[in-house]
Amino acid sequence: MEEAKNKVYVDVTAEFTPDGFLRPLCIVWEDGVRYEIDRVLHRERCASRKAGGAGIMYTCMVRGKHIRLFYEENYKWFVTRNTDEGC
Amino acid sequence: MDRAILHVDMNAYYASVEELHHPEFAGRPLAVGGDPEARHGIVLTANYPAKRLGVKTGMALWQARKACPTVIFVPPRMDLYLRFSRLARDIYREYTDLVEPFGIDESWLDVTQSLSCKGSALSIAEEIRARVRHELGLTVSIGVSFNKIFAKFGSDYKKPDAVTTITRENYKDIVWRAPAEDLLYVGRATIRKLHTLGIHTVGDIATAEPDLLLSQFGKMGLVLWSFANGTDASPVSPYEAESPIKSIGNSTTTPRDLTDENDVRLVLLLLSESVAARLRENHFVGRLVGIYVRDNELCSFTRQKKISIPTNISEEIADYATDLFRQNYAWERPIRSLGVRVGQLQPDAYCYQMDLFTDEVLREKQLKVDIAVDGLRNRFGHDCILRGRMYFDRYLSGLDAKAEDHMVHPHSYFEAGNRTGSEELLFHMKQEDDV
Ligand SMILES: [Mg+2]
Repeated sequence: MEEAKNKVYVDVTAEFTPDGFLRPLCIVWEDGVRYEIDRVLHRERCASRKAGGAGIMYTCMVRGKHIRLFYEENYKWFVTRNTDEGC
Repeated sequence: MDRAILHVDMNAYYASVEELHHPEFAGRPLAVGGDPEARHGIVLTANYPAKRLGVKTGMALWQARKACPTVIFVPPRMDLYLRFSRLARDIYREYTDLVEPFGIDESWLDVTQSLSCKGSALSIAEEIRARVRHELGLTVSIGVSFNKIFAKFGSDYKKPDAVTTITRENYKDIVWRAPAEDLLYVGRATIRKLHTLGIHTVGDIATAEPDLLLSQFGKMGLVLWSFANGTDASPVSPYEAESPIKSIGNSTTTPRDLTDENDVRLVLLLLSESVAARLRENHFVGRLVGIYVRDNELCSFTRQKKISIPTNISEEIADYATDLFRQNYAWERPIRSLGVRVGQLQPDAYCYQMDLFTDEVLREKQLKVDIAVDGLRNRFGHDCILRGRMYFDRYLSGLDAKAEDHMVHPHSYFEAGNRTGSEELLFHMKQEDDV
């Protein structure tokens, strides 16, 4: 079964903070470009109807833009393709 | 004080989970069902657009296609449904530890003790409904009442994405006016008999003479009478005590007929590995192992046995399955299909009684190996690591055990006993009739 095309699984580097939160630090987009996450603005459990899936949604600041990064219930990370160009 | 009980029902569950994961099919009729290889697959769940066009649960795929030519069929993904079922129960558990699963997509919650800190039962229900929609992208309907039966009735009353409250003040207006078959456990045979007695609504059952119901339906008649009157006192059992499904199994038709015990052992190992992996993935252990055997003339049988220490270890399950096979097959004919099933599931975090003759150190090692193999296979695919035995016959061991039909069986209301006033007899009653 092919996954929805708005859903892009990405490589993520993340860290656990001392109080147990999982914090993404950077992502590698499908073209291999690496994007540092400047700041995590918000974090909540959420479904994505656009990409198709559910998990913990991190609203992140990347190069001055907001992106939504999901940590899916199957422990993979995805980004919705057209939340932003390139990212 | 009356209890505050919620029954939460995830609407068109399998289809809704698939819809969430297929945004490209949004708004189109969709049905989950079918076994890709069998032409006689059936619809397990249809989404609302498909239902409106006449697609019903249990229909053959060809019938569904005839009723609705534009319907999209997607094969079931049980593991995904189990995961979302667990995520939903994680939400429920934030409101009470009394969460009792009823099948994969329904749960009862007793929130009586939570009212002081979480607000009214209705506001808890509204909050749960909104959260499941926001966090999981799924809709639920919730019934709120003072007993489990009316709560369940309420969740069926208005759906999807709705809350219905059944109180002592309104139950006669709402529940009693409904047709008798809307009551849990009034099935087709019962309804026919009720009609001949002039009983058509839930209210008719409630106001019938208990003696008449007893003489016609045995103790089950009394149970229905207590259900209809809202006097069922069955408790909501705590979450940990029960798994939402009964068993996990896997069966396969082999690429060639099996002619000796080596063949059988190889296939049982493959099947046991996949069953055990799915048990671990969903955090279950089981205390019942069963096998299914079909020979090349299509004669088949099943055998099962209880085991003393619940397991999710591949090797152990394969050993039990092999023993069962040896004890029950005399090799009259070659074998074409085999199945392995593990039942009587419980959460893997539950404690159990060890015994003197079981090597717990070895078991722990086996489990560690299994978990390591799960990790490797998740990352690099099933074939990245195989048992040496599999290399004796790569043709046979190349069968895709994971893709075959996954059997998942829900529980029955009476399995944990009952408080309707005739509980000790209920267990025997449930087999009868159409219960
Ligand atoms: Mg349902």
